[in-house]
Amino acid sequence: MTQVPLVDYLVLGDEPHLVAKQCQACSARFFDRRNACAACGSAQGFDDVEVAREGVLTSYTIVTFAAPGVPVPFVAGLVDCDGTSVRGNIVNTEADPEHVRLGMKVRLTTMPLGTDSAGTEAVGYGFEPIESGVA
Amino acid sequence: MTEDVWILGIHMTKFGKHPDKDTLDLASEAALAAMADAGVTINDMGVLAAGNLMGGAASIGQQIQKQIGQTGIPVYNVANACATGATALRTAIMAVKAGEADYGLAVGVEKLAGAGLLGARNRKADDDTYQPTGRYGAVLGLDGRVGTESMPGVFAQVGMQYLHEHQYAGAPFELFAKISEKNHAHSTLNPLAAYTKKMSLEQIMGDVMIAYPNTRPMCSANCDGAAAAVVVSDSKLKTLSLEQRKRAVKVKASVLTSDPWQEACQVLPDVNTLTKRAAAQAYEQAGVGPDDLDLVELHDCFATAELVHYDNLGLCEPGGAVDFFLSGATWRDGRRPVNVSGGLQSKGHPIAATGIANIWEVCHHLRGEAGDRQIDGAKVGMAHVIGLGSACGVHILEKSAA
Repeated sequence: MTQVPLVDYLVLGDEPHLVAKQCQACSARFFDRRNACAACGSAQGFDDVEVAREGVLTSYTIVTFAAPGVPVPFVAGLVDCDGTSVRGNIVNTEADPEHVRLGMKVRLTTMPLGTDSAGTEAVGYGFEPIESGVA
Repeated sequence: MTEDVWILGIHMTKFGKHPDKDTLDLASEAALAAMADAGVTINDMGVLAAGNLMGGAASIGQQIQKQIGQTGIPVYNVANACATGATALRTAIMAVKAGEADYGLAVGVEKLAGAGLLGARNRKADDDTYQPTGRYGAVLGLDGRVGTESMPGVFAQVGMQYLHEHQYAGAPFELFAKISEKNHAHSTLNPLAAYTKKMSLEQIMGDVMIAYPNTRPMCSANCDGAAAAVVVSDSKLKTLSLEQRKRAVKVKASVLTSDPWQEACQVLPDVNTLTKRAAAQAYEQAGVGPDDLDLVELHDCFATAELVHYDNLGLCEPGGAVDFFLSGATWRDGRRPVNVSGGLQSKGHPIAATGIANIWEVCHHLRGEAGDRQIDGAKVGMAHVIGLGSACGVHILEKSAA
């Protein structure tokens, strides 16, 4: 089956990972397309760099009321992946404050999101708790 | 040396549901009342700055002129998210400070009753064939799939991030709910607030959860409302009556900042750095410090946001917002009253009006006209707003010595 990543900064394959665009002048990292660097203003260009697949949950919310069409509940979180902050859902855990904890260790995981009329499967990403990291 | 600027007249409408009034009715009511409060007319105004964020109206300022007087003065239509009102006021202040006008009028208005969840758009049906679009090359909508775009969820993370950074070991939900309990208690004394019902901690925590740890009463209330202010130059004020000079409120500092780049700001808006910078500039301009503030109206768009701004505005020791709040300091009888109006959670948040309405609240106390909720002897106050994206407005105001 043909697969397509949800976003272009997600690289699928045997070891799915995230790729950031790193400013050649100041090393600031971005996930979206930028015309120049928001951190230093340089228009020199960006290099693709792999982002660490494990990180620490530095903030989260459990969304129980969302826009129509968005299934709830889900956990939205901010993960510090070895110095690069990443936004993503926290998955494969109960969506409550007893199971989702600030400072817990998480790792990148992927999941199928649907299939289009051409039979292409969209694959998204999230972060799941690493058992040993849960206090 | 540029001139000092004063607020000569100011008004806010009742916040709440105004089904019989349109945007222009509310804006006109606020503008006409602000000019009457100032003892001036539209013919005195040299500049108009106006904002209306969600109405989709082009040229709101010119539309207001059609209702209150088309005098041909320059109009600045401004937009800066939730800081739109403060931006309009600051625009008028800059024009007067620059010597281009003796008087300026700033107006902010919003019709928002029943608007529902802000920030999030309905998820559209998936495309028939996946096609990467936008700057993330996304094949599907990202809200709910890569975090949340809803405001309650974004600001919930802002508050939780603060707790993580400062190793908070307690129960976040109860802590934030207590902040909301304070603001709802304060609102009972404000007849212009959209909601004036005292709520117990149990009621707040037992209400509908929107985005943990924010329940519904911990979110800003969507409502209708307008606010307007007349500003005047120091030299012009000197020619006015004693009564006008006594009620004038001095603009000790007027600051607007945007968010400087920070490592994580692309994934969670950073509402902290620009607020810290705005506060530092404002204290410097005004020549006062946090200890001089008799009251503060800050941007409590969610209970989780109020906590971080205690720290950002320097009201507490760095990292000490939790202890500061738990000490009772920010209750109206505490040593640093915050949001005695009831704040956005109960007074309401008609977006473009908010950044002038919070100035009105502070002026009301400095003039000694706040009735039942008067902070006795108030001489100096601060008003703060954040517009996500981001813009931060901070004003420091001082009672007249006349």
